[in-house]
Amino acid sequence: MDMHVLLFALFAVGAVASAVLTVTRRNPVASAMSLVAHFFMLSGLYLTLEAQFVAAVQVLVYAGAIMVLVVFVVMLLNLGNEHRLQERSSLRSVMGTLIAALFAVQVIITLLAHPTGMNAMSPQALTIGTTESIGQTLFTTYLFPFEAVSLLLLAALIGSVILAKRHVK
Amino acid sequence: MEWTKLLIWVAKGAILVNAMLVSAAYMVLAERKIAAWMQNRVGPNRVGPWGLFQSFADVIKLNLKEDIVPAAAHYQFHALAPIIAIGVAITLYAVIPFGDYVIIGGHTIQLGMAPNMNIALLVILAMTSVAVYGITLAGWSSNSKYSLLGGLRSAAQMISYELSMGLSVVGVLMLSSSLNLSTIIRSQADLQWNLFYQPIGFLLFFISSLAELNRAPFDLPEAEPELVGGYHTEYTGMKFGTLYLAEYANILSASALMTALFLGGWDVPFLPKLLGLQPGSIELALLQVGSFLTKSFALVFVVIWVRWSLPRFRYDQLMTLGWKILLPIAMANIALTGIGILLFKH
Amino acid sequence: MPTTIPLDWYLMLSAVLFVTGVIGVITRRNAIIIFMSLELMLNAVNLTMVSFSAYNGNIGGQMFVFFIMAVAAAEAAVGLAIVLALFRNKQTVYVDEVNLMKW
Repeated sequence: MDMHVLLFALFAVGAVASAVLTVTRRNPVASAMSLVAHFFMLSGLYLTLEAQFVAAVQVLVYAGAIMVLVVFVVMLLNLGNEHRLQERSSLRSVMGTLIAALFAVQVIITLLAHPTGMNAMSPQALTIGTTESIGQTLFTTYLFPFEAVSLLLLAALIGSVILAKRHVK
Repeated sequence: MEWTKLLIWVAKGAILVNAMLVSAAYMVLAERKIAAWMQNRVGPNRVGPWGLFQSFADVIKLNLKEDIVPAAAHYQFHALAPIIAIGVAITLYAVIPFGDYVIIGGHTIQLGMAPNMNIALLVILAMTSVAVYGITLAGWSSNSKYSLLGGLRSAAQMISYELSMGLSVVGVLMLSSSLNLSTIIRSQADLQWNLFYQPIGFLLFFISSLAELNRAPFDLPEAEPELVGGYHTEYTGMKFGTLYLAEYANILSASALMTALFLGGWDVPFLPKLLGLQPGSIELALLQVGSFLTKSFALVFVVIWVRWSLPRFRYDQLMTLGWKILLPIAMANIALTGIGILLFKH
Repeated sequence: MPTTIPLDWYLMLSAVLFVTGVIGVITRRNAIIIFMSLELMLNAVNLTMVSFSAYNGNIGGQMFVFFIMAVAAAEAAVGLAIVLALFRNKQTVYVDEVNLMKW
């Protein structure tokens, strides 16, 4: 068996399993830790796609920053109480689940009936995932979105400080 | 499948992990001995000559102890936390190059698990940020207020100092224009160490790594007088031992990282040319690894020295230092480096 | 070394992951878990972007992933601040108990 296929299978199964655990665990900390595992699996999938920089940033930003924040908030609020997390199944959630599952089935059936025909990665894939090429493109072609995103982050920073502050005068 | 390649990898991994764990165990002894020396005491001296077998005695003792888990603890996470801590600590060693390469029987063997990784530095930053989970989970899952306070403190502290740590490396990256640790080390050959070009960066990195490692003077997460033992208050036996080992393994990896980034890594000035050693020869490889380890352990000594010399910060002082002093200095350092490169390199 | 995995596999995988996220958003009550499910959905889209980028040899997909990550980080900061404010005012993070504005 090819090494790449094996790795893809490993990470794909891991990603789906940890995603399912994330949405089904009652304990928020268990959910959060499954999501961290999921991000690691996704990072592995990015590596199979030769996107090394994205893979590193995935762990750095998602697992290292965003999820730490989430875990921090969960612990701060002490949401570990299991009995308060009993979830009622209603018609709404059952229907929603069914429709969502239908979407996945639809995508899979469509792809099986009409394959994209792209069976191998582009030869450029090896070079576009490196730090150099990402940096070059980010600071030339995508300079304006980059600056816009920095503004967005600043706005989010200020907004979250004001929202989380106890007394706004 | 190339079996020799696989065999070399497995052998390298086994040597690396074992050497790391043993040196982490011995660093505990070194810490006690150095502390004793600084305080004019004798230190551990019962097990073996000069207490040299103390580490083994400690490990055996920890393994034989009863593993007590508090009744109210979240026991899965309680068990998971030490695993995350030691796992992250070991992963860091995979990207550190301990020497250049050596040719044995026609095989070129890199001295390190993945020393030529193009994103090595990002991986290190990512793994250090993941290390927060081990400590916060340990604190939260114990379900004890001392542990929880220790865990939350350390999470806040590590998030805060990660920024100045990451930014203090940027100067080095700008000088060597690479994230690859081997390339960074090669760019410092012949005493062109980054320490001389980036003294502020080195100082910032050293201080932030002390905070990242929860070492004195930033050891608030385990401040004994107020928090009993911090996040590992409720741990016993080998789980405690694992958390402890991970802490010391992190000290060693941080020192190795500082060596690679600022002290020229495996670089030995002038000596190889004087002796006429060929690149790839076993002698040169030994010399390089020796030089790397000497520099790393010298830094470990400094870290221990700092612990027994400086008093602990107060929590607000810690946050002020991180956000209002180190972070602006790190940014100014980046700007300065940029100006320097513009003026002198072009 | 190019792989022999067809693009379709990645697309199917990300469809499954996306739907997992959707189901999480629909069925869960805890605001923080809903937030995590949203992250799942964003990441499923990221996976699609990166795989298209690798199979077409176009860097644009990976650029988009960066911007999505930045937006996700901003969303995390603001979203969790809102959850904190909510908890402070109502002592709950369950979205069905926050019904003051409901008719």
